[in-house]
Amino acid sequence: MSDLLRLATAGSVDDGKSTLVGRLLYDTKSVLADQLDAVTRASVDRGLSTPDLSLLVDGLRSEREQGITIDVAYRYFATPKRTFVLADTPGHVQYTRNTVTGASTAQLAVLLVDARKGVLEQTRRHAAVLALLGVPQLVLAVNKIDLVDYDEGIFEVIAKEFTEHATRLGYPIGSVLSIPVSALHGDNVVTPSESTSWYEGPTLLDHLENVPVEADRDSAPDAPFRFPVQYVIRPRTKEFADYRGYAGQVSTGSVKPGDEVVVLPSGGRTTVERVDVHNGQLDEASTGQSVTLVLADNLDVSRGDLIASAADAPTVTDELDVTLAWLSDTELRPGARLLVKHGTKTVQAIVTDLRARFDEQKLSTVESPELLRLNEIGHATVRVSEPLPVDEYAVSRRTGAFLLIDPSDGSTLAAGLVGKPLEVQP
Amino acid sequence: MTTATPPSTVDSLDALDRLESEAIHIFREVAGEFDRPVILFSGGKDSTVLVHLAVKAFWPAPVPFPLLHVDTGHNFAEVLRFRDDVVRRHGLRLEIAEVQDWIDRGALKERPDGTRNPLQTVPLLDSINDGKFDAVFGGGRRDEERARAKERIFSLRNAFGQWEPKRQRPELWNLYNGRHRPGEHVRVFPLSNWTELDVWRYIQRESIELPSIYFTHRREVHKRDGMWLASGPWGGPRDGEEVHELSVRYRTVGDGSCTGAVESEASTVDDVIAEVQASRLTERGATRADDRMSEAAMEDRKREGYF
Repeated sequence: MSDLLRLATAGSVDDGKSTLVGRLLYDTKSVLADQLDAVTRASVDRGLSTPDLSLLVDGLRSEREQGITIDVAYRYFATPKRTFVLADTPGHVQYTRNTVTGASTAQLAVLLVDARKGVLEQTRRHAAVLALLGVPQLVLAVNKIDLVDYDEGIFEVIAKEFTEHATRLGYPIGSVLSIPVSALHGDNVVTPSESTSWYEGPTLLDHLENVPVEADRDSAPDAPFRFPVQYVIRPRTKEFADYRGYAGQVSTGSVKPGDEVVVLPSGGRTTVERVDVHNGQLDEASTGQSVTLVLADNLDVSRGDLIASAADAPTVTDELDVTLAWLSDTELRPGARLLVKHGTKTVQAIVTDLRARFDEQKLSTVESPELLRLNEIGHATVRVSEPLPVDEYAVSRRTGAFLLIDPSDGSTLAAGLVGKPLEVQP
Repeated sequence: MTTATPPSTVDSLDALDRLESEAIHIFREVAGEFDRPVILFSGGKDSTVLVHLAVKAFWPAPVPFPLLHVDTGHNFAEVLRFRDDVVRRHGLRLEIAEVQDWIDRGALKERPDGTRNPLQTVPLLDSINDGKFDAVFGGGRRDEERARAKERIFSLRNAFGQWEPKRQRPELWNLYNGRHRPGEHVRVFPLSNWTELDVWRYIQRESIELPSIYFTHRREVHKRDGMWLASGPWGGPRDGEEVHELSVRYRTVGDGSCTGAVESEASTVDDVIAEVQASRLTERGATRADDRMSEAAMEDRKREGYF
C-alpha cells in the first residue's frame, strides 16, 4: 500500500471545508500547541465559545475577515498508516481556478455538501473539474448532518443523487464513497458517530488511511519513457571538459543505459550511455526522478526537446485536439493568439476552433460556442508554431497536459488537456 | 482508533527522494527560464539544504547563480563563519547586503524594540533591483506558517516586490509559469512541500554540515516574552530580566534580537530528529518573536516584500 496520499478538498462556499480540514488536523493531533493557542485566542476575540477550527487553515487576513477560503492551503500530516499532503481549496465560484490547482496533482478529493442544501451548482462544477483532471477517487462528505438531526433519509437522497452524477462523469462504482459528517462536532471525521448508528461505513480518516490508491498511471511499469529536457549541463571544467548531459525529470516510464531513444521534435535517434546523478550513476531511473542523461551520439538537443522511448514515441503534431478548463476573467474566443507551455517548451499558439462547450450542470455539450468564460470547460483545436510531442491526457497526466498563457502579462489562462479526458456517460 | 505521529511527508527514503527530485526539478526550471536567478542564503538549515540541492542539480557543472545574504548585523558569529565556509567549499559567489549600511545612509531607521528582522525587506528589494535578479530562491516551507501554506512554488512579485495573494496564478501539475514583466520578479520555493522533520532527515541522510548553534551548547540567556534570548550586538537583558546559563540550541536561525533558543541536550542530528518528533510546538511558535506580533504578522511582511 502506498505510504503517501495526495488529497484535495472541494465543495461550495460555506459547506465547511476549512472546518473539516481543521477537524482532521485537530483530531489526528497534527495541530501543535502554539497553533491551537493562537486559534483559541482569535476565537475568543471573535466572541466564540469553542475554537473555530477553520482559523487553522484560513491563513490570509481577508479569508479570516470574510470567513471564506480564497486560496489553496497545503497541509502535511501523518498517521501511523499514511502520510497526507492535503490541498484545502476554496469553494467560492470566483476562485474555482484554485480548486483546479489543488486537483491537478490529487489522488483523491473530498467533496463537501451541506446536508441542508444537498448537491448544488458548485458541487457539480467541482465534480466536473475533478473528473476532467483525472482525480481517481472521490469522497462525498455530507456535512452539517447534525443540523438535519442526523436524518438517514436526507443523507441517502443526497448520496444517491451525487453518486449517479459521478457515474455519468465516468467514476466507476467503488470509486465514490459518501459519508455523513459533522466537521463542527467531529462526527465520523476521525471518530465514529454515535448519532449515525444507521451508517455502517468507515469514518473519513479510516477511508483516507485505507483506500487503495491507484498507482499513478504515469508510474505504471509499462508506461512509455518520456523525458522533457530542462537544461543542458556543460561544465567546461578541466575535469569534465567534454561533458554534455541533459538534465530533466522522468515524466513517465523508466530509462537505463543502452536504451534506444528518440529526440523530439527533430527525430534524431541514439542510445542512452549513462544515467548520471550527483557524484554517481544509476542502473535505472523511473517516474519522478531527476537525473542527467548522457547520450551515445552528439545530437543537437536543447531545453524544450523531449527524449522518448524510440519504440513507443509520442505523436508529434502542430495541431492539437484539446480540452480546456478556462481559468481567467477574460474570455476566450476563436482566433486568440496565446502561448502554450508543454513540458519544458513554450510555443506560440492560435486557438483556431472552439468546437464545443461542456455544460457541467446538465452534462451535455453545446456545439460551436462563441466563447468560453471563467470556469467553463470546452473542446478546441489549437495550432502551435512548432510541432509538440504529446500524449493523450488520459494516458499521461504529464505529457498530456499544458498551460495556456497570456503573452502580454504572462498570466495563466487555462489548464489544457490533450484529447477528451472527460467522457460523459449517457 | 488512531493515534497520531508528528506531521512529516516522509515514511521512507523514497519520500525524501521524491522531495529531492522535485526540488532539483524546480532549480533546473529556473536555470532554464530566467536570466539572473539568485539564492537567498543565510547559513540557516533551510538555506543550507537549498544550496546542497543546487549543487546536486547542476553537477558536474558549477551552480549557475550567485548567493545573496541580507545581513541584519545581528547574526550569530558561528553562523556567519559557517556561511563563508560553505561559499568557499562549493566555490560559490556571495553578495552581502548589510542592513547597517541602509541605517547609516538614513534609508532605514532602527526600531524602538531593537529588532532588525522587519528591516531586511528594503535591503532585499534594493539588492534584487540593483542585481537585476529575476528569480529569487528562498528556503520557505508551507508547513512553517499558515500564510506560507498559501504560497505558490513560483510566486510572482510586482515591481514593488509585493506578494498579492488574491492574484496568485493557478499552479497546475508541475508546469511552473515564471513569466513576468520587466521590474517584476518571481520568488521560488523549492522546499515548499518539505516539513521541518523532512529537512532534518535529509540533513541526516546527506550528512550536511550545519552551524554549531543548531546543537546543544552552554549559553547565557535571559527570558523575554516567554523566549530565551541571548546577549549580543543587538543588546542584552533589560532591567529585571535575569541571566541564566543553560544548555540550549536554536531551532531556527535569524536575527539575534528576536530568535529564541530552546532548552535542549540534543548534540547530534539523530538527537534533534527525536526532539522535533516529540515537540508540541512549531519551530516558529517556539522561537520567533517576529511571528507573534499579530495574527497576520507573516502575511503582512510578505505583502511588503519579505521572504
